[in-house]
Amino acid sequence: MAGAAVAAPPERVVSINLCTDQLAMLLADEGQLVSVSHMALDPLSSAMVEEAQGYTVNRGGAEQVYLMHPDLVLAGTYTSPATVGLLRSLGVRVVQVAPVDSLADVGEQMRLVAAELGHPERGEAMATAFEAELSAITAQGEPVPAAMYYPNGYTAGAGTLSDEILTRTGFRNIGAEAGLTGGGTLPLERLVMAEPRVIVTSTPYPGASRSEEILVHPALAALREGATSAQVRDADWVCGTPHLMNAVRTMAQTRAALGVAE
Amino acid sequence: MNRPVLPLLAILVALLFAASLLIGPAALGLRESLSALFGGQGGPVVLVMQEIRLPRAILGLCVGAVLGLSGAAMQGFLRNPLAEPGLIGVSSTAALGAVLSLQTGLAAAFALALPLAALAGAAVSVALVLWMAGPRGGALALILAGIAISALAGALTSLILNLSPNPFAAMEIVYWMMGSLADRSMTHVWLAVPFMAAGSLLLLATGRSLDALTVGEDAARSMGVDIRRLRLLIVIGTAAAVGASVAVAGAIGFVGLVIPHLLRPLVGGQPSRLLPAAALGGAAMVLASDIAVRVVAPDQDLKLGVLTALVGAPFFLHLLWRMRGLEA
Repeated sequence: MAGAAVAAPPERVVSINLCTDQLAMLLADEGQLVSVSHMALDPLSSAMVEEAQGYTVNRGGAEQVYLMHPDLVLAGTYTSPATVGLLRSLGVRVVQVAPVDSLADVGEQMRLVAAELGHPERGEAMATAFEAELSAITAQGEPVPAAMYYPNGYTAGAGTLSDEILTRTGFRNIGAEAGLTGGGTLPLERLVMAEPRVIVTSTPYPGASRSEEILVHPALAALREGATSAQVRDADWVCGTPHLMNAVRTMAQTRAALGVAE
Repeated sequence: MNRPVLPLLAILVALLFAASLLIGPAALGLRESLSALFGGQGGPVVLVMQEIRLPRAILGLCVGAVLGLSGAAMQGFLRNPLAEPGLIGVSSTAALGAVLSLQTGLAAAFALALPLAALAGAAVSVALVLWMAGPRGGALALILAGIAISALAGALTSLILNLSPNPFAAMEIVYWMMGSLADRSMTHVWLAVPFMAAGSLLLLATGRSLDALTVGEDAARSMGVDIRRLRLLIVIGTAAAVGASVAVAGAIGFVGLVIPHLLRPLVGGQPSRLLPAAALGGAAMVLASDIAVRVVAPDQDLKLGVLTALVGAPFFLHLLWRMRGLEA
């Protein structure tokens, strides 16, 4: 990454990944960021919909991005390799940023994107603030069973950012205890048997889907009656941005409300 | 020849139904599960048995029964061994109806819209196929019309799901084409079972007319069979039964093809005896497949149609091969 500090800061930056969209909007100079991905406008995924309205939106295709004449493209590591390869062969600098899977990575990523944008000091300040607030949050009392539960019975297992947030704020993650590593599906009946005290679920998208029907299944509804449903904003959980702290704070408050003498 | 086919099939279905209730990703003891199934006490085991496994087993039973039954009825009416709701496009048009009602929000506004829309979709294709192929209809006309209807309905279903604002909808194309019973609830049971029961009664009532039809259309007429009324019964019966089944479980193929063929020799080729036997056989096949998807890949939501096609498609090819020999 030494090269980024030596070269002149990029003047036309295009981001084609939801997480780099948000970091770039927070860290770039006015006019430096030309375009963000269409995902940045999706209120269920993006924590910065209002800010994103001021930018041209792209759909991440190489043709569209290239015609914006970027000197830096910010992408994710899971962005289509065909798109990244094509842009690189056209001589565009593409930086791929990995999704964060631990709280420790969040600060690193802020510093990395800021350095690419030519503003390392902003990244340093953002990361230091995040790390300071995080270190003030400590788990209290016995860990309480909790689960993330999403459409199709998708849950977060060990080694995920969600798992770390749950553990950090005083919960036992049922997904991890069920033996899942990374994301995976947890059959509804195993969730029921694990008797979670807190269930974190997502807001349904407009339009119907069978995948989301599981979130209104009578068995889950009955389970929720005895449990606390944490009111979280899904968009806060997705990316390693300062918004992630909202997720951590909400879970810490939810845990505190359950009391220490569990 | 007069083996007690129906009682044996009924016992098989009862055993598979019990197995479906007792097998699942959460390891529960036998006594614990049974007392939770019949007990009214709260608690996680009761929730699992009564709200998760019971609806799944009931739907497996009913969906399989209507698929087997409608396959047998259509094969009897068309006197064509290739008639089957999946192959001739009934399931795909039912899926199209269901997807339309879900994506337009109609199903959310009015719960019965889901089975009714699927029913309407199924009715259109059954009627189309029966009229096009006619009671004397050749295999070619039937299959070609079926392929065209299936392809059109499948394409429209995919189009609607691709255009949906819901990102999950597009991933569900596979579900509508292959079917699954995962995470269904009692709500789905109440929504679909009345239609399936009504449709099945209509189809079972066609038994004697279908018997008469085996000796030829003219002979059947002279015995007092009203062909137009019979056709109407089969259209409405199949549409109600298969439509409701697809609305809650997606399109599961090949059950209606394989089961009547396997059982026909056992009941002496008599349609009136084949209908109830095919219903039981279909129930057994879908229950067994649904148990298999949970045992083979408990965390993957393997689609039911994958298993039925693995058994059914080679069987279908075998059937075509034999017909080729006959026609030559």
